[in-house]
Amino acid sequence: MKMSKIILGALAMSALLGASPSFAAEAVAVKREPWTFAGIFGTYDRNQLQRGFQVFREVCASCHGANLMAFRNLAEPGGPEFSEAQVKALAAEYEIVDPAAEGGKRPGILADRWPGTGQSEADQVAAFGIVPPDFSVLAKARGTPQSFPWFILNYFPGTAYAEGGPDYIHALLTGYEEEVPADIKNADGTPFTLPEGKYFNEYFPGHAIGMPSPMTDGQVVYAAAEDGSTVPQTVDQYSRDVSAFMMWMAEPHLVARKQAGLQVMLFLVLFAGLLYAVKRRVWSKIEH
Amino acid sequence: MSSHESSYVPGSAVEKWLDDRLPIIRWGKTHMMDFPTPKNLNYWWTFGAILAFMLVVQIITGIILAMHYTPQVDLAFNSVEHIRRDVNGGRIIQATHAVGASMFFAAVYIHMFRGLFFGSYKQPREVLWILGVLIFVLMVTTAFMGYVLPWGQMSYWAATVITEIVGAVPVVGNPILQLLRGGFGVDNATLNRFFSLHYLLPFVIAAVVALHIWALHVPGNNNPVGVEVKSSRDTVPFHPYYTLKDLFAIVVFCIPFAWFVFFLPDILGHADNYIMANSQVTPAHIVPEWYFLPFYAILRAIDFGILFLDSKLLGVLFFAGSIVVLFFVPWLDTSKVRSGSFRPIFKWFYGLFVVNFIMLAYLGASAADGVVLGISVADFSKICTAYYFAYFLVVLPLLGRFERTKPLPTSISEPVLAPAAAE
Amino acid sequence: MATQSNHEHEDVPNPGRRDFLFIATGAVGAVGVAGVAWPLINQLNPDASVLALASIEVDLASVQEGQSIKVMWRGSPLFIRYRTQKEIDEAKAVPLADLKDPETDEQRTKPGHEQWLIMKAACTHLGCIPVGESGEYNGWACPCHGSQFDTAGRIRKGPAPKNLVLPPYEFLSDTKVKIG
Repeated sequence: MKMSKIILGALAMSALLGASPSFAAEAVAVKREPWTFAGIFGTYDRNQLQRGFQVFREVCASCHGANLMAFRNLAEPGGPEFSEAQVKALAAEYEIVDPAAEGGKRPGILADRWPGTGQSEADQVAAFGIVPPDFSVLAKARGTPQSFPWFILNYFPGTAYAEGGPDYIHALLTGYEEEVPADIKNADGTPFTLPEGKYFNEYFPGHAIGMPSPMTDGQVVYAAAEDGSTVPQTVDQYSRDVSAFMMWMAEPHLVARKQAGLQVMLFLVLFAGLLYAVKRRVWSKIEH
Repeated sequence: MSSHESSYVPGSAVEKWLDDRLPIIRWGKTHMMDFPTPKNLNYWWTFGAILAFMLVVQIITGIILAMHYTPQVDLAFNSVEHIRRDVNGGRIIQATHAVGASMFFAAVYIHMFRGLFFGSYKQPREVLWILGVLIFVLMVTTAFMGYVLPWGQMSYWAATVITEIVGAVPVVGNPILQLLRGGFGVDNATLNRFFSLHYLLPFVIAAVVALHIWALHVPGNNNPVGVEVKSSRDTVPFHPYYTLKDLFAIVVFCIPFAWFVFFLPDILGHADNYIMANSQVTPAHIVPEWYFLPFYAILRAIDFGILFLDSKLLGVLFFAGSIVVLFFVPWLDTSKVRSGSFRPIFKWFYGLFVVNFIMLAYLGASAADGVVLGISVADFSKICTAYYFAYFLVVLPLLGRFERTKPLPTSISEPVLAPAAAE
Repeated sequence: MATQSNHEHEDVPNPGRRDFLFIATGAVGAVGVAGVAWPLINQLNPDASVLALASIEVDLASVQEGQSIKVMWRGSPLFIRYRTQKEIDEAKAVPLADLKDPETDEQRTKPGHEQWLIMKAACTHLGCIPVGESGEYNGWACPCHGSQFDTAGRIRKGPAPKNLVLPPYEFLSDTKVKIG
């Protein structure tokens, strides 16, 4: 029947046209990284999150806050899974503002949120011109443009793509250039010139970013993982690790959510099959 | 309500006692179990039940979210994150509500397009159709207000841009705008009243849905051949035949629903809504939720004024007109034949209308200065807008007069017994 | 049973027939309903941020003998008192027969840490906060309805029926106590 074809097409297309999220004109498409947390069976790599936290703490946290992350989250299942004792000790290293405490400050406990940079917003505006964005959900607030019509595939099992945020962050952190490449032009064809006090980044919309390249090779010293494995101490690896960590920070229940999803899907398919059989049985005597 | 007599016989003294005082069981049996339903309804007809299910899902998850949400500009964004992070099962409940809005609209569009194809709005079902359009308007309003509540960048700017529409009305526009917002811009007062109304409207929708079903049960269902029920041979009782078929359809519908909730909870939204609302920074590219895109494209297509109407006011008139015209469809369509299956020329115009609607959605998502298929978005939007209105105001009225329709079966049972006669 | 059925189909498949397929489908459906219902109920339970504060650790090093501090635990205040030897002796000297809610001083404290008395700061009558180091028994006195508690927080006089409630707690070290 024609109606069926028409509507099926319509349904498919409208679902797809759906969000088509990051159409931002100047944004540049980035390379997709093979994240462990992608796909229906995706889980975070615990060692990677622990390294990512180290990068965040040693490099990013001096300017960027993470006001939605609590210390306790760092010990929760499905995350970096530090031991509770480790996180307790970590929290105690920070001073938390608490009007109820003597002197207005006390050592941090598991229940406290990440204390921030220690600088006031006014100080940050004076130093950087803006308040550097908070990292709590930043990995979900960023994306990468998808060309028509292939973004359609992002919605379907097998080709689903929801990792645009960490891909963009990884690309950004590795996308700095000392000199403006010659092939970058303004809209009117004139050579691109970098404004004063800005840095060139291939992936930042508009290419002129206020943040200098934050990392150098070897800057963060990784301890070997519990199983003795090591990773290269390069900017590329740091970027990958901190992007994964930021994704976890933005979506801390991703692993539990996907595991529950598998059970739910299995249930629905089974239940639908049974109901179909029941429905057929009941309708079998009706001429229709 | 219908000619159908109730077959209810109270089974016990208590039921008999209740039946004499409040015949609620009798009513339920008549309308939810025995109700005679055409036996040839296809799966497009299950979307009514799917929509009822979605309304219940949205109300339940919404009531739960309201227990943990704070409608205050400084706290709203973080309270939604609190739900996602800390509340037991909160990530799933929140995702169900957000994805649920999309699924709700997907189902309502299918339901409406089904009605448009099979002529379900035609005499004697005009009131049924009008109530349906009213539900759609209420849904749009509710969804729009709900989208503002997380207080992200898109929430804030959508609220600003859409309430600004009212400001286009001459003379009274600005006072009404302030009345709606409760301030000179979108702010705490706006958020609070949107929360209040977002909580209220679903119950209003539920009430209009009750009227919608009442209006359905007076003439009974339309059906794919569009020939009225002639005898009891044409019908089956609603239970168990359609209760089971609808339940099966609902469970199947839940499969893509669950897919988005559990595996892609954010893909139907916009990344910018993970940035807290900031009245000083407009996002690079404001896009409404996908289900508003066709109407948004119509609003944006009008970049010219006519006579004393400036482009802004004219855009708003077209935008409102695109929904208001739906109320008049029962009288605009002059064809005597209900079902599109027997209208060979109508099928082509209808197909083009569906494609046109999807194209409008795509244009609504495109940057205003973009180019699609070699035509500028601005011009393409005008063409699509023109066809949208032409379909209702030109095609439907004229086609009924000139189209030669295929012969109709004499009854529902006829094509059932002799399938060759159908198509 | 139908008196006026106009459906000739009603003699065909009997929907009430209990064969395996229907039972299996019903059972799976019931599992589904339960699986949906539980998270909808469980969301009412205290969330992770509340549970994170369900137990607190208090450092007692700065509290002097004869001094009390008040700390917040699960949203309500607690008394932590470093009792003097005199107070402990007084409490131990009371015969159980004199008590409305008989409990020994040992039952109200932890062995080895008898000097510490940790109690909820809520009168067991109607929940007012009693005032410390006052009353006839040199313990706590409730300003609302005149209940009087001794130096072990036991009810001695007035309308309160029970001794002041002890929260669950344990000493992690001599100066550190974990409550909850």
